[in-house]
This record gives sequence, C-alpha cells and structure tokens, in this order.
Amino acid sequence: MKGNIIKYARDNIDTDVIIPGQYLKVHDYAELATHAMEGLDPDFHSKVKEGDFILSGKNFGCGSSREHAPIALSHSGVKAILALSFARIFYRNSVDGAFLLPIEIDQDAYDGISEGDEIDIDVSKNEIKNITKNQTYKMKPFSEIIGKIIAAGGLFKYKPDQD
Amino acid sequence: MNIVEKILSRASGKSSVAPDDVVFADVDKVMMHDVSGPGVLKVFDKLKKQGIAVDKLFDPTKVWVAEDHFVPSADKLSAENIVKLSNFTKNYGIEKHFKYGMGQYGICHTLSHEQAMVMPGDVYVGGDSHTNTTGALGAFAVGLGHTDIAYVLLNGNIWFKVPETYYFKLNGKLPDHVMAKDLILKIIGEIGNDGGAYRTMQFGGSGIDDMSVESRLTLCNMTTEAGAKNGIVEPDQKVVDYLSAKGATNLNLVNGDSDAEYSKIFEFESSEMEPMIAKPFSPDNTCVVGEAPSVELDKSYIGSCTGAKYEDLEAAAKVLKGRKVKIRTEVLPAAISIYQRAMENGLLKIFLDAGVTVGPPTCGACCGAHMGVLAKDEICISTTNRNFPGRMGHVESQTYLSSPMVAAASAVTGKITDPRDLK
Repeated sequence: MKGNIIKYARDNIDTDVIIPGQYLKVHDYAELATHAMEGLDPDFHSKVKEGDFILSGKNFGCGSSREHAPIALSHSGVKAILALSFARIFYRNSVDGAFLLPIEIDQDAYDGISEGDEIDIDVSKNEIKNITKNQTYKMKPFSEIIGKIIAAGGLFKYKPDQD
Repeated sequence: MNIVEKILSRASGKSSVAPDDVVFADVDKVMMHDVSGPGVLKVFDKLKKQGIAVDKLFDPTKVWVAEDHFVPSADKLSAENIVKLSNFTKNYGIEKHFKYGMGQYGICHTLSHEQAMVMPGDVYVGGDSHTNTTGALGAFAVGLGHTDIAYVLLNGNIWFKVPETYYFKLNGKLPDHVMAKDLILKIIGEIGNDGGAYRTMQFGGSGIDDMSVESRLTLCNMTTEAGAKNGIVEPDQKVVDYLSAKGATNLNLVNGDSDAEYSKIFEFESSEMEPMIAKPFSPDNTCVVGEAPSVELDKSYIGSCTGAKYEDLEAAAKVLKGRKVKIRTEVLPAAISIYQRAMENGLLKIFLDAGVTVGPPTCGACCGAHMGVLAKDEICISTTNRNFPGRMGHVESQTYLSSPMVAAASAVTGKITDPRDLK
C-alpha cells in the first residue's frame, strides 16, 4: 500500500485536536472530514490527498472514545497512521470499524521518514519502504486478533467461531 | 487471578485467563448517550446496506441510555440527535432511557452509580471513554467506540485482550482539603498520560479503605487520562451499602484471589498529598497548587462526571460558604438527583449567594459542547478531566484541572488558590 506522508513530529495527538468536541453532534462522515485535525492543523483539509499516511509520535489518538476521530481521518482520504504508539480506543476503533491501518513504528522509521516522503507499507512482511529515500524499516507486527480483524475487513466481517 | 481476570474468565466461560489472552466476553450492561447513540445508528445503517440484520438487540433490558453531551439541546442538530435517540430506544424496546426534562437524568457515568445501573462483577461497556469511572463499584468497566457498541448490542459479547494490571497501593487517609482528584492528578503526573496504556489500574490499600465510594469513582474516572483500559477497586462493605441504599439487591461481589498477580505495584502516600493542578495542555502536566503559575483566571467551572458528584458540590460549597466569587463561576450538578440533594441541603443557596450560576446537568463545556465554552485566550480552572488544546472551547483557550475545592477557592480569589490559604 503506497502513500505520501503528512508528518506531525509530536507525541500525544489527542482526539480533541483530531476532531474538536463541538463536532461530536455531527454524524455526516463527509462533513466530519472537513474538520479533521482542525485543532492542530487548520490547513489539513486542503492539503490531504486520497491515500495519504499520517506519521506521528507516541500515544496517537489519546483522549475520548469518539469514533468521529478515525472516521474524520479516513473520510479525508488517510489510509494509515504510522506512530510510535497508539491510545487504545483510537486503535481499536480504527481496526474494528475498518477505517484505517494503525501501524506501530520504531524510532528509526520515525526519525527517517519526512513530510512528503512516498512510503510503501507491506503488512505481510511487516516492512515499511521509504521509496523517496530508499530506506526500509520494520513495523511492529499486528497481534493475532488485530491481524485477523484487519484481514476480514472489520469486526463485523470477522467470524470468531471459525478460529 | 486478580479481580479483572476473574470477571473476564467468568464472562468468557473459561476456567482461567491471563494477561494477553484474547477472549470474547459476555457483556452484562451496555450504555449509549446522545453522541454515541446516533453514532451507533450510523453503524446500523451501514450494516443494513451490507445485508447484516440489525432489527433485534441481544437483550434490551441490559441496555441503558443517557442524554448528557448536548442537552438541554444546544441547537437544531443536537435536538435532532435527541429525537433520533428517542426513536432508537422506542423502536428497540430499551426502557431505561433517562430523558432530560423528565425526572432523573444526567451524565451517563454519574447515572451508572446514582441509579445503580452497574453491579460489582459486571462486564460493563459504554460508548464513552470515561466509562472507566464505574470500575469503582468493582465492575470491569470499559469505554468503546460506535462500531464496538453496535457489535455488543447485536451479539451480546465483544473481544478483549486480558489486560495486565497495575496495582496502586494508597497509604493513609487524604488530609483535609485534599481530594481524590488531587491524588489521581498526582498519579497521572507520575506515570504520564500513557503510563497506564492498555492496562488495568487497580486501586487498593488503606487509602481506599478510608475513601468514600464517590472519591473512588473520581480515581477510576481519570484512569482514562493515563490511557488505561479500565480502573477498578475491589468492592467492599462501602460499595454494598452504597448500592443497597439505591435499591440494589443480590449483589455478587467478585474479588481477586489472595495470590493474585499484578504486573507492577506502585505505592502512594495518600496521607501526604497536597492540592494539585494539571496545567495546559495535558492532564499529566501537574504540579502542587503552591507551585502554580500566577495567572489571572477568567472562569471557574465545577461540573462533569469527574467533578460534580454530590461530594464534589459539598466540598465546593464548604469553600464558597459566606464568600463571593471574583470570576465567572458555574456549577453544573452531574445528575438531577444530585441537584435535588444540593437543593434540600442548602448547597444551591450557598452557590447562589456566592454569585455562582447553577446550570442543569450536562457534559456542557467540559467537552467544548455548550454551556460556557471558552473564548480565545480565556483561562479556566475546572473540575473536569482533560485540558487538551481546544478541549473546552477555543483552541487558544487554557484549562487548568483541579479538585472542586481548589476550583472554588480560585473562584474566590481569581487566581489558582490552595483552599487552605483562604482567609
């Protein structure tokens, strides 16, 4: 899966900046997308392109359980978040609702990947290729259940009884 | 096994479970509110288009609904969400729907204990991150998103990775003028806002034995701000008395075994705590009030599931009695039952005499929704739980988190104030 990086070189990007609380009453996915990242980067909506990836630091998505957060990013065109770590509900919502891929990266990838770099994520090899810089990094493998839910296309398509 | 492992093993039909096991646990109670309910309906619409049946819930008697974030309806869109929610509960036969303007209603996490909606030993999931609050009753209480809540509503179970447990041993009774809020801010400041990530934060020790159920609720509420999956306290006689007084019967207390294992043990001297604040823009950016920056406050906000339980209002009233506020101050009791007790016991008179605006139960400005949101550059001291940029309004406003006593003392002086320093 290929895409270009939008990099936020900071930790603790919280759900209040991903989609501010005043929009919690909005349930129209396209409208939510127009407010994605509004609390941190008012230009996000104009610069994000279909298929982009976000790169960030530790504890991405901390704060509330609002599914609006992965929805707003996913409907903006974001296909994956690469972060040093994720807050649990954001991670779970991203996977169970099949909105986007939460990819845990290491410090080498975080330091090595820059804004605008073209990246190729190969989940089957747990590998991230930086096409722009011709570098390769490891991604943390998904746990078994997460891998299965992603492969199924979300929690509702996953059949636990067949395990 | 510890208490969480015992609850999850029972709920998943296994003789034992250990951290990192993945289980499908049967859910005992499910909660939605006026944000997550309409969110779940969107998921149902999506499922219908995929040919998945959404016409029946697993058990409507196990589902309950609160109206809290944007009520009384803040604008047309929130009014429409309330109508959607009412149709939802009517169509699916959910009887426990606490509607504003019709007797008891309030913030979902407050109703969970005020109305004894959740019992010790329950697996309780809610469409809100502060569902962790109710772990203070000895339940496994976890916040989930809309898709997961929709899954629970249709299937009656959901997957969990059994968490590791961090055990917080609290030693001694909190000093006068120091509250559970100060203690949990201290803990979050020490371990960081991902210091409990994916784990259970369990509280015990003599500090818990001495603590009221409402104070324990404050501790568990803000485990969310340390990233925890859930917070929990083993239920004791205080929990039994608390729930029995609200009409609960046949309580089935689950406690950890004597050889229960914890992945880490922390110790805090609760008897030596001091009033704390969290400075902008993170709940882990803490210091003691004595070292607070000298800022001119614009506002004091005493509200939310974290800081507007009866005990919280009582503490604020103790400080405000016979005094006047110097800055805009709002008190929003977290449920009608609390509002009513505050009226019967004279707290409302103390607040009004002090110049405070007393509002209706609502999440209100805690999440930047309505009822006193902040303008650019406004600075607020607040009994709520988060202070991320823009949390309570404008992205360039600032929120300091504190206990109700510190928020009340600061309302009197207009500066961040230790309640012990008021003349």
